[in-house]
Amino acid sequence: MDFVDYYKTLGVAKNASADDIKKAYRKLARKFHPDVNPNDKEANKKFQQINEANEVLSDAEKRKKYDQYGENWKHADQYEQQRHQQQQQGRRGFGSGGSSDFGGGEYTYSSEDEGGFSDFFESLFGGARGGRRSQAKYRGQDYNAELNLSLTDASTTHKQTITINGKNVRITIPAGVENGQQIKLKGYGSPGANGGPAGDLIITFVIKNDTNLKREGNNLYKNEDLDLYTAVLGGDKTIDTLSGKIKLKVAPETQNGTKVRMKGKGYPVYKKEGEFGDLYVTWNIKLPTNLTEKQKELFTELSKLSS
Amino acid sequence: MENDDLIRAEDFCVYHNIEYSFIHSLEDSGLITVTSVEQATYIPADEIQKLEKFIRLHYDLDINIEGIETINHLLQKIEEMQHELLLLRNSVEAE
Repeated sequence: MDFVDYYKTLGVAKNASADDIKKAYRKLARKFHPDVNPNDKEANKKFQQINEANEVLSDAEKRKKYDQYGENWKHADQYEQQRHQQQQQGRRGFGSGGSSDFGGGEYTYSSEDEGGFSDFFESLFGGARGGRRSQAKYRGQDYNAELNLSLTDASTTHKQTITINGKNVRITIPAGVENGQQIKLKGYGSPGANGGPAGDLIITFVIKNDTNLKREGNNLYKNEDLDLYTAVLGGDKTIDTLSGKIKLKVAPETQNGTKVRMKGKGYPVYKKEGEFGDLYVTWNIKLPTNLTEKQKELFTELSKLSS
Repeated sequence: MENDDLIRAEDFCVYHNIEYSFIHSLEDSGLITVTSVEQATYIPADEIQKLEKFIRLHYDLDINIEGIETINHLLQKIEEMQHELLLLRNSVEAE
């Protein structure tokens, strides 16, 4: 456990007035407050450090104790007890053989339910709620979780139950969530300190593609093989989509790489029921192989006709 | 008035120990929407999360209504940009 320089945290001098401390705290809190830095873990951590520093430096009693012991904070309570003993001995007179070292005793500090404060704070002040009402209440830390979904699963609105710290949370996942998209469940994070609200549970969706489709936003893309004869003469081709098989008309003389747009056959639009993106099919024309003599003759004939 | 989706503004103010005028100012600047029923003001449940955020900004950070408006606007822009970034990242990864 390291010593924490609260003055440095708030960027104020050791002789700063209460007003200077308040101003410095407000300025930093505005910069790092979780409400103005959504999903920023670093800012959240910094905000808690600022809060802790303010908790100590804005409270005259705590500040005095902190200033008095400084880097010797580890011995703060031992010093206090030793002084108390010496005072009592002084009253009784000399020769009672008091111990001169600080060891021997066990000092237990309260550390219950103080989410957000450092061990240093806990040790020096025995917890934020140690009998005194603390000034700053702040929200608990956010919890982060990842939820894996397949592209197919993410294409329909469905419910899932997840377990967070022993609590079962049933969530509805709307169709069309993006890979990396986050949803926030308010109040399912770590409990707040000093009566502050609990943090949030932030779920990040990790979507694995289990199809041969490529997704870009709400549009889907796929390459589909097409035989030469259908490409030249036109016809029908059945293709697989997320919503099942679809028969697609192929125009005569379709060129290799031709892209066909199928409106509304793409991915569902997030939180817009009944709205879908488009599906783009790119034709990949396959030339016939292992031609028979007859086929070769016919292709030769065709070649002569077109030259 | 019995409706699970509406919270009486007066009760909300007592619970959060804030003045009603703050809610009124937020509504005036279009930051939240409230509903009036028989001379009483109600806050829709889906506005609560936003409203509590504005309360923290105002009472914890000393930010006035104009400041909250600006922050809210910028946060919306950040959210849009983060979403756009996500789409672009996914599109690059899909290449």
